[in-house]
Amino acid sequence: MAIAIATQKTAALTGNEAAAQALRQINPDVVAAYPITPQTEIVQLFSTFVSDGLVKTEFVAVESEHSAMSATVGAAAAGARAMTATSSQGLALMWEMLYVAAGMRIPIVMPMVNRALSSPINIHCDHSDSMGARDSGWLQIYSENAQEMYDNLIQAVRIAEHPDVLLPVMVTMDGFIISHGMENVELLPDQAVQDFVGEYNFPYPLLDVEHPRTLGPLTLQDFYFEHKREQAEAVYRAKEVILAAAEEYAAISGRRYGFFEAYRMDDAEYAVVVLGSTAGTAKYVVDGLRQAGEKCGLVKVRVFRPFPGPELCEALSGLKAVGIMDRADTFSTQGGPLFLEVKAALYHAAGQPQCMNFVYGLGGRDIDPELIRQAFVEVKDLMKKPADGVLPIVRYLGVRE
Amino acid sequence: MALPDLAKKPQRFTGGHRACAGCGFPITIKIILQAAENPVVVGCATGCMEVTSTIYPYTAWRCSFIHTAFENAAATVSGIEAAYRSLRRQGKIQQDIDFIAFGGDGGTYDIGLQSLSGAMERGHKLVYVCYNNQGYMNTGIQRSSATPRGANTTTTPAGTQLPGKPQHPKDLTAIMAAHDIPYAAQASMSHWNDLYRKAKKAFAVDGPAFLNVLSTCRLGWATAPEDTVDAAEGAVQCNVWPLYEVEQGKWKLTFKPKKPLPVADWMKQQGRFKHLFRADNSQLLESIQQQVDENWQRLLERCGE
Repeated sequence: MAIAIATQKTAALTGNEAAAQALRQINPDVVAAYPITPQTEIVQLFSTFVSDGLVKTEFVAVESEHSAMSATVGAAAAGARAMTATSSQGLALMWEMLYVAAGMRIPIVMPMVNRALSSPINIHCDHSDSMGARDSGWLQIYSENAQEMYDNLIQAVRIAEHPDVLLPVMVTMDGFIISHGMENVELLPDQAVQDFVGEYNFPYPLLDVEHPRTLGPLTLQDFYFEHKREQAEAVYRAKEVILAAAEEYAAISGRRYGFFEAYRMDDAEYAVVVLGSTAGTAKYVVDGLRQAGEKCGLVKVRVFRPFPGPELCEALSGLKAVGIMDRADTFSTQGGPLFLEVKAALYHAAGQPQCMNFVYGLGGRDIDPELIRQAFVEVKDLMKKPADGVLPIVRYLGVRE
Repeated sequence: MALPDLAKKPQRFTGGHRACAGCGFPITIKIILQAAENPVVVGCATGCMEVTSTIYPYTAWRCSFIHTAFENAAATVSGIEAAYRSLRRQGKIQQDIDFIAFGGDGGTYDIGLQSLSGAMERGHKLVYVCYNNQGYMNTGIQRSSATPRGANTTTTPAGTQLPGKPQHPKDLTAIMAAHDIPYAAQASMSHWNDLYRKAKKAFAVDGPAFLNVLSTCRLGWATAPEDTVDAAEGAVQCNVWPLYEVEQGKWKLTFKPKKPLPVADWMKQQGRFKHLFRADNSQLLESIQQQVDENWQRLLERCGE
């Protein structure tokens, strides 16, 4: 069945406004949230939708992020489509409940506006908040710009709630850079979004009192492992569901997404891998380098959980060198989290490209074209080095040392 | 309600759970669940109650039940209640349903106090029940802010220098009443009819309700299993645990001992206070009695007695 691409409205929106519009169009039954910079605007805007009767949502202004996630889990388990949103310390306070939501297989979608973690306190962008939650069992989708934030949020509902998945999904955008920066965003008609997300259908709703169920029981040595194995399997299954949702979304929006975007990679000899808004600047740098005859490209990872290891490995095979840029550190002496994942994926790559890590932009430190160009130069230099050499693989970019 | 009639009402919490012989909480929650006329959804904090009633793949619950974590039963159930209001408003659900959050005193007085305060302040129509056994019993009898002064616990062990827990318990029922919720009450598993009546009132109000119910832990209190009900009764008879309610801001005693027993009489029944009966602790015992008397006087004034 051919689906016509819907007539879309172009609006000048900040990332937070785009996220709030996505939430309005998804029109969840319950939103339980707490303000935190730079996410606050999403909650504020959504509250005005509630006050003006533009949504059917029951808004619960909780007293903390821990309660936000607890109430969202409760609402979703009750049989209502439930959402929340957060950043940074708020996500950190939710920590315990992130694992509970994933382990209980509660399909929550959460906009997460990336901001550095304390200490020292800082309100600006890096990825240390969501990266800390990368093994919590949540699926994670990173957005380059406001349009992607909007598109990813709508797709995330379908992914989270798919019966083969039933997992929570965190959709991120870079704090301030995207959340407060204004761009043109194409908005689908409300009805198109409603049709796309469909009805919420949690299989074991608590409010189905005729069929009482016990959710969240104590599970010991005899069954815990099976539950966790099944949870892991659901993350594997999510890969196919993510791609299928992207296909369907492309059919109504004309915008097509995959696990990652390969930019000018066809004949590239070296490349840089990034997450989030840095990709926009990096594409500009790649264009300049290409004009100067450099065979370089860019990979922007969109889906971080599940991590598309084999697919990335294929995309990066044949390169001579790869630089992986991380807006977070793991404080392990082994580099940033994206680096660790990509490097592990490259173990199986043909010719095993040399790779190095750039940790950059912590606490909102600006990442400008010159710094990215510098990264490309260093990656290119790496191509000349012997494959068996011991290399300084982790570099801190744009910092006073 | 006569006891034989109560016994005939269907049980939402079945036998075969793994609570200790002589545990107080099953008695408490059975009475409360029987007072609910509508189907119920139960949320429960981590603790003995959740651990002993839900070992997968078994459950003692015949009604919808959820456990998510320790400190958030009130927040979790507030989300469920919000879901119910939303779906009901949308015409997707017609049925009347009651919502209950259960927590022990650790999950209520201490780690869950913020979550509870938030849920009460927001006005969710749910009944929060603290089954109060005066300590962290699930983790092995540690002190909570509900533990009585002088009690021997594993984090306030009675030693040669320190005679058990130094502080009096905090008055959580008053704190909940200060939230101006429509109904807050203190009850005891020993006074089943009083508890049943209070639970009925809690379900009937249009808004949040809080019940603080004394429930013996025979391990933590060091009492014989067959003395469970008597041990809770003793706390009421000596004014350590007065029975009262605060309805729409009006305080009312629901039971007044004819002749209050000395606190020492109640303490003597329990191993956790054994050390208080050594000669060198006699002053502490007196001081505890004095505090209980002062609290009782203050309560009488609040209740206009």
